[in-house]
Amino acid sequence: MKKNIKVIERYNVQWKHRIFIPAIIEGLTITAKHLLGNVNDINRMDVLEYPEEQPKDISGRYRGLHRLTHREDGGVACVACFMCASACPSECIFIEATQREDGVDEKMPQRFAIDTLECVFCGYCVEACPCDAIRMDTGIFSLIGNKREDFLLEKEQLLSHRGAFANENSIAKSGVASK
Amino acid sequence: MDALIIETVVKAIVVLLVISALAGFGTYLERKVLAFMQRRLGPMHVGPFGLLQILADGIKLFTKEDIVPQHANRLIFMVAPAITAATAFIALAAIPLFPEFTIFGYTIRPIIADLNVGILFVLGAMASGLYGPLLAGMAQANKWGIIGSARTAILFLSYEVVTGLSILAPIMIVGSLSLIDFNNAQAGGVSDWMVWKQPVAFVLFLIAGFAETNRTPFDLLEHEAEVISGYATEYSGMRWGMFFIGEYANMITVAFLASLVFFGGFNPIGFIPGFLAIILKVSFFFFLMLWVRASWPHVRPDQLMWLCWKVLMPIAILNILITGIVLL
Repeated sequence: MKKNIKVIERYNVQWKHRIFIPAIIEGLTITAKHLLGNVNDINRMDVLEYPEEQPKDISGRYRGLHRLTHREDGGVACVACFMCASACPSECIFIEATQREDGVDEKMPQRFAIDTLECVFCGYCVEACPCDAIRMDTGIFSLIGNKREDFLLEKEQLLSHRGAFANENSIAKSGVASK
Repeated sequence: MDALIIETVVKAIVVLLVISALAGFGTYLERKVLAFMQRRLGPMHVGPFGLLQILADGIKLFTKEDIVPQHANRLIFMVAPAITAATAFIALAAIPLFPEFTIFGYTIRPIIADLNVGILFVLGAMASGLYGPLLAGMAQANKWGIIGSARTAILFLSYEVVTGLSILAPIMIVGSLSLIDFNNAQAGGVSDWMVWKQPVAFVLFLIAGFAETNRTPFDLLEHEAEVISGYATEYSGMRWGMFFIGEYANMITVAFLASLVFFGGFNPIGFIPGFLAIILKVSFFFFLMLWVRASWPHVRPDQLMWLCWKVLMPIAILNILITGIVLL
């Protein structure tokens, strides 16, 4: 048994570390410097007072709350192909497909719901979608509800979300959906 | 005789109220100082700069439900916080807080009980304060509490030796146990301070003082990352608040003790009058405790025992020996 034990010597143990006192004083000076610096210039601290101040650094690549995009005529861009539901690792997308009678496309979702309590915000649904119908570019990072049902987002809610980074983003990229 | 009783009662009530209020204010200061050292803002929302946070915390503590766990030993569970708070204030009784002053032609000595064994009394009362955590942890029928109690015993067995031995050398020099005698022995200005004669004893006493008040390098009683909250796991509301007030009162006591024994007490320094001098010294030691909490990590129980028994105790004994030889 003993031959299997590998003893690794501590790296860079100096005399001043062994008697602790210089290291202790070093630690004290660091915190004292922080205190004096921060008292001198309170803006030096990179602090976001969150509920009053909203984050300003949400970029276009940030995966926020989902939304469903529209066609140019305002209808839902989704063709209920179930690609997103298949790609979803947490199986939180519920789609019921129905026949589309207006001749724009063959299918549309009767129901399109996302359980955001199950969702892990991985973005696989966005990558899987062939029609650019689902996106996560709303920039919404907090969702508030009083009961569990509030977090099950239905089609109407998902359609009402707007893209945060450009107005035309509300519409699916032209040519993709109509193919 | 009646006047003495009335005076003592008034002084006791004033000390109780002021130190309790200071303990509350201490929490605010601690949070602010820690925050600024860790590049945060600390409490900011209640009142200007979060100053009313103390009030909000107080309302929360007083109105919170007082829960006693089902299998706890009810009596001991309910008495334990009172032991911590009471002993912390009892220890303050023998400490001369300020120099004598005259108000309305009546000379007041700001010490509740001028004992001739003051320092022994203070250390004894503070040491018995550890019965609070010890009983609380064992009474609450909670495993974290039991671990907290065991650690209290370890802490107590470790630091108490160092406190006693480190303070012995200054006692030998002064030749008295009264804190007022200690103060008067250092009346000759900064050069007379005990810390120049006994620097080793001061460092030892400071380290033991941190252990005595359960402050950060040695706060293994309620080290939340390891034992949830140790002895205070099942406590809520004002019972927990009493532990808290006890801890802060102890911090103030140790700060007073360090200033009185080693830093010239309430003697005036140059143009600074005595009462201001001791407030400055006590504030510095209070700040030092917060500073240390922001700077250094906790130690393990075995490291504490190693430190106290294998390092600090031999140094303390050597210090006493050398002091004795020099005094001869």
